[in-house]
Amino acid sequence: MRRLAPMLLAALAVMAAACEKKTQPAPSGEGGSQAAQGQGAAPGGAPADANTILLGQVGSLTGGQATFGISTRNGIELALKEANAAGGVKGKKLAIRVYDNQSKPEEAAQAATRLITQDKVALILGDVASSNSLAMAEKAQAAGVPMITPSSTNPTVTDKGDYIFRVCFIDPFQGFVMAKFARENLKLNKVAVLQDNKSAYSIGLADVFTRKFTEMGGKVVAVESYSQGDTDYRAQLTAIRKSQPEGIYVPGYYSEVGIIARQAREVGLKVPLMGGDGWDSEKLFELGGSAISGSYFSNHYSPDNPDPRVQKFIADYKAAYGAVPDALAALGYDAARVAVAALERAKDLSGPAVRDAIAQTKDFPGVAGTVSLDANRNAVKSAVVLKVEDGKTQYVTTINP
Amino acid sequence: MAQLLQHLINGLAAGTIYALVALGYTMVYGVLKLINFAHGDVMMVGVYMGYATAFALGRDMRSSLLGVAVVFAVAMLGCALLGFIIERFAYRPLREKPRLTALITAIGISFALSYGFQLDIGFLPGAAPRAFPEVIEPVEWLVIGDRDVVVWNWQVISFGIAVTLMVGLQFLVFRTRFGRAMRAVSWDHRVAALMGIPTDRVIALTFMLSSALAAGAGLLYAIKDTSVSPLMGLYVGLKAFVAAVIGGIGHVPGAVIGGLVLGLVEEFVVGYAASTWRDAVAFGFLILVLLVKPGGLFGRVAAEKV
Repeated sequence: MRRLAPMLLAALAVMAAACEKKTQPAPSGEGGSQAAQGQGAAPGGAPADANTILLGQVGSLTGGQATFGISTRNGIELALKEANAAGGVKGKKLAIRVYDNQSKPEEAAQAATRLITQDKVALILGDVASSNSLAMAEKAQAAGVPMITPSSTNPTVTDKGDYIFRVCFIDPFQGFVMAKFARENLKLNKVAVLQDNKSAYSIGLADVFTRKFTEMGGKVVAVESYSQGDTDYRAQLTAIRKSQPEGIYVPGYYSEVGIIARQAREVGLKVPLMGGDGWDSEKLFELGGSAISGSYFSNHYSPDNPDPRVQKFIADYKAAYGAVPDALAALGYDAARVAVAALERAKDLSGPAVRDAIAQTKDFPGVAGTVSLDANRNAVKSAVVLKVEDGKTQYVTTINP
Repeated sequence: MAQLLQHLINGLAAGTIYALVALGYTMVYGVLKLINFAHGDVMMVGVYMGYATAFALGRDMRSSLLGVAVVFAVAMLGCALLGFIIERFAYRPLREKPRLTALITAIGISFALSYGFQLDIGFLPGAAPRAFPEVIEPVEWLVIGDRDVVVWNWQVISFGIAVTLMVGLQFLVFRTRFGRAMRAVSWDHRVAALMGIPTDRVIALTFMLSSALAAGAGLLYAIKDTSVSPLMGLYVGLKAFVAAVIGGIGHVPGAVIGGLVLGLVEEFVVGYAASTWRDAVAFGFLILVLLVKPGGLFGRVAAEKV
């Protein structure tokens, strides 16, 4: 028995070691190396270099939503590179420190704390998944550090306080867009809902969709749920099939939706699936294969948009990363540009000054729509509906607020 | 009624896979009294081996009978080797140490594999889940009514493979010299050694066998759910461990029954209640079984000699 205590300590050490490596900094671009030097010079973490403004990003670079974080990071990087090439802000260069949250809220909160207390960043760019941004927003608000989330659409994120902003529309709008599209464009009467009970995003979209669709005279015939990370949805789909819906609303993330699509076809559900911007990833086509063809989702932007500003962004992004930017890259780019413009406008770099500058953002021309922030710090803008066909998305229509 | 039948089929399909993984836990526990927490992660590695093999074979080759056999053979042999290495270098040096030491080592290996495979360097696959190639081209095997109940060919094949592996294992343990040696080591490995049984070799072979079974089960799981990710081992491993304990750990048919029961319970909970309840009911069921029969459904309660 005497040996038990050291053993348990050893076990804890093993677990701690396994957890430790999760939040390793992933410095990126030229800014990253500068920031790293800065940290080396001042072990406290504050950027010693007075000619640099340090920003922070927390993103899901690994885990279930890895492509989200990576796209966002690329978009932000591109925007900062352009800003630096144009002379930076207030004569200083911009740098960014990026931390991974492994697609987990606990990690996101920890990483945000680290950016605030250790790296002393001027501003935080948040994550994609609302659950992660919520965890970060709490820390940012408490510390009085402004935070902009590029693409978290859950309404409660900006409810955390007056330091939290977003450059995308919110869930009620996405749920509304799909309900309207299903009712008016697809002329559906009976739909089923399959929501991810572990994700605030998914529940939010499902709730609004259900309410709006019913208000518009449709009927939600079945509501089933799953938990993020599941891989077998046959039980829920079998139950949904019994209610004979004409469409299924699956407001989840691509990693689950792709598999759900396959299994839906397998249990004999041939109706279209519908979803939100959580579907937006190349991985959706790989995981869903031909099963996902003929499905629809609402999104922030479409690469088919002929606007020269959008096309220039796509060309630059392609040149830098060798891929067509998805909506999350576009929103990351917009968020970083809104941040840069606000830093330029702010009278100094203190939290309150930057916050007030961001709040004044009006008619800012982003690549994913024009950004105007309302009194609740949310962006008001239109959404597009895309159709998945043969491993590609096609622009279908734009739906206005 | 049709829905009930469909749930039954789905539950059995999931249950046979839990059963196969649970067999690995039970065998290793049987000979070493070690709960090999790395078992699920060995399974995950096996699935990635199968994934790589299927891609190397190409689209036409991998869905042929020979292709399927090659995918399974490579994954199972590869995992047997991995099991051997883990046993030889991680567990054997700790054989005479307190049991807790080996247990913690097992947790360490489990983390090392599942997090190591999330790296994106060299042959490591990275964190994002990937679509598992259609090794068995899906064909409807049986359709009742207006697709009210559908049984797929891969469900039948996977059930067949699972049953074959289980029967083979039962034969091996109770009808062969090696099986007798295994049972002797399980009884008391010191006495078995005195009787001239090469205990190290028996234990190594048991590990290889259980790892190969895990690879087979993992491939069936990946074919079923059409995806593979580095964290799948933690999840499936935990469920299979529960199945083994429900059946009575160390008991071969018990592991099979435990796996089937767990698969069915989960399917019915999700189908008729809500997915949120699935894990709560599964673990609640485990607690219930342990309250009524502390050794599991088939296990015997043995007084621990201290």
